[in-house]
Amino acid sequence: MNYQHQKILGTIGLYLLVALISLFCLFPFYFAIVTSLKSGTELFSSTLWPAAPSFKNYVAMFTVAEHPFGRHILNSIAVSTLVVIASLFLGVTASYALGRIQFRGRGLLLLTVLAVSMFPQVAVLSGMFELMQAIGFYNHWWGLTLPYMVFTLPFTVWVLTTFVRDLPKELEEAAIMDGCTPWGIITKVFLPVMWPALVTTGLLAFIAAWNEFMFALTFVLNNADRTVPVSISLISGADKYEIPWGKIMAASVLVTLPLIALVLIFQRKIVGGLTAGAVKG
Amino acid sequence: MPTKTSELTRERTRSAWIFLTPTLLVLMLVAGWPLGRTIFFSFTDASLEAIGDSTYKMVGFQNYFGEYGVFNLNAVEGFWSTDWGMAIRNTFKFSFFSVVTETFLGIVFALVLNANFKGRSFIRAAVLVPWAIPTIVSAKMWAWIMNDQFGVMNALLRSAGIIDHNIAWTADPNYALWSVVLVDVWKTTPFMALLILAALQMLPTDCYEAAHVDGIHPVRVFFKVTLPLIWPALMVAVIFRLLDALRVFDIIYVMTSNSVDTISMSGFVRREIVDNNYVGYGSAASTVLFLIIGACTVVYLKLSKVDMSK
Repeated sequence: MNYQHQKILGTIGLYLLVALISLFCLFPFYFAIVTSLKSGTELFSSTLWPAAPSFKNYVAMFTVAEHPFGRHILNSIAVSTLVVIASLFLGVTASYALGRIQFRGRGLLLLTVLAVSMFPQVAVLSGMFELMQAIGFYNHWWGLTLPYMVFTLPFTVWVLTTFVRDLPKELEEAAIMDGCTPWGIITKVFLPVMWPALVTTGLLAFIAAWNEFMFALTFVLNNADRTVPVSISLISGADKYEIPWGKIMAASVLVTLPLIALVLIFQRKIVGGLTAGAVKG
Repeated sequence: MPTKTSELTRERTRSAWIFLTPTLLVLMLVAGWPLGRTIFFSFTDASLEAIGDSTYKMVGFQNYFGEYGVFNLNAVEGFWSTDWGMAIRNTFKFSFFSVVTETFLGIVFALVLNANFKGRSFIRAAVLVPWAIPTIVSAKMWAWIMNDQFGVMNALLRSAGIIDHNIAWTADPNYALWSVVLVDVWKTTPFMALLILAALQMLPTDCYEAAHVDGIHPVRVFFKVTLPLIWPALMVAVIFRLLDALRVFDIIYVMTSNSVDTISMSGFVRREIVDNNYVGYGSAASTVLFLIIGACTVVYLKLSKVDMSK
C-alpha cells in the first residue's frame, strides 16, 4: 500500500468517525423531537419519522389545569435570572479583589471558593432545610435563589477571577495614578472590558440554575411553585400505568431548544468559560 | 516614596476586604452554616418536624457506629449488602466506568475535532448539544429510547438480530446501572472532549512537523508525543469529572426511580432525610460522602497545581 492509498483511507476513516460522532450526539434529541410530534398509536411504533406530525402534545402541555407547565417555565426563568444577577453582582467586586489586589490570605480565600464549588449538594441538605424553614424561604419558587447560590457563586467568582487576573497591568495603572478610588476603578475601568466574561459566566450560571433538580425537588412541594426539571419528572398520565411519552418529549424539547440556541450562539465563549472553570489555575 | 506606596498598598488591601465581604457572608450563609448544621444533625436523632421545633436530642456517634449506624459492620446480611453499602458500591462502580469511558471517547472526539476537515464547525456545535440538554431531559429521553415495550433501542437491536427478546434496560438489575452509565457517558463525553481539545490546541506544532518529516507513524506520535504532553491537563479533567460523578443524583433518580440496585450515595442520603425522615442518620451518611469528596478535592488541587500565590 503506497502513501497515496493510505491518505485516502485515512480521509474515509475520518469522515466515518465524524458521521458516527454526529449520530451519537444528535440522535437522542432528534428522536425526542420525532416522538413529540407523534400522537395516538403511532407513538408506540418506534418509526424514525412521524407519519402525521401534529402539535397536539405541545398544546396539551398548556391545557392541563393540575399541571401548570407555563407557570413552571416562568418560575424557572425568574429564579435563574435572580440567581445570575445576584452571583454576577457579588462576583464582580470579589473577582477584582481576588484577581488584582495582593493581600495576605488571598490564596486561602481562592482555595475556599474552589472547595465550595466542589461541594456535593446533599452535604448541606438538612442544614439548608432548617435554614429555609426558619427564614420563610421554604416552599416558594423565589426561595430557591438561596440554595442555588451554593453552586453559582463560587463558580462565578472563580471564572471571573481567572479572567480579571489575565487583563493587562497597564489597565488600572493610569487610573491609580489619577487617584481613582478602587470602586471607581471597578466601575469605570474594569466593567467596560469585563462584559464578555460576564455574558459567559452569566449564561453558564443560568444553565446550571435552570437544570438544577435536587434542591427544587426537596425545597418546593407546592405545585404552582415548581421549576421545569421537577415539572417534567412529574408529568403523568390518566392512570399510573400509562406514561404520556409524547407529552414528556414535547415538554423536554420545549425547555431544551432555547438552551441549545443560546449555546450555539455563544459557542466559542462557552467553551472558553468551561475550560477556565475546570482547569485553569 | 516608600511611605506613599505602602499607604496605597494598605488602602488597596482594605478595599479588597470590603469588596470580598458580601461574597464571603453569602458563602458563609449558604455553604458554611448549612454544612455545619448537617454535621451537627448527624450526632442527633432529628426528624424533619424535630428540626422545626428543636425537640431532637444528642445521640453521640450512634448514627455512625451504632446498631443501625452507617458503619454497621455487624449487619446480618453483611455491610456491603446493606442499602448504604450498595449505595457506596453503585456510586464507585458508576463513577469508575463512566469516567474511564468518557476519557477514552473524549480523547477520540478531541482528536477528530482537532483534525482538519470540511464541516468541522458543524460537528463542534453538534458535540455541545448533549451537554446543553438538562440532565432530567436526557434521563427522560433515554428512558424512552430504552423503554422495555416500545423503546427504539430494543426495536433496533431486535431487527439487527443481536437480542431475541425485549430487555427492560432500566428495570433489570443486570442492566440498570450500565444504562445509567451509558446516559452519563452520552451527556458528559462532549465536556471531556472540549477540555482535552483545549489542551491539544496549546501543543507546540514544531515537534509534529519534525515527526512528520522523519516519517514516524501517527499512532506512535500520539503515544510518544501527544499523550505525555496532554497528560497533566487530562488528569485534571479526569478528577474534575470524578468529583462530579461521585455526587450523581438526577440521572439515577429519574431513570431507575432510585431503586436499591442503582441508588447512589447522594440518592441514599436524600431518601433517608426526606422520604424516610431519618435526618440524623441521613446527615451522618452525607457527612461521610462529604469527607470522601473532600479527600478527592485535595488530590485534585494537588494535581492541578493551582498556584494560589500568583
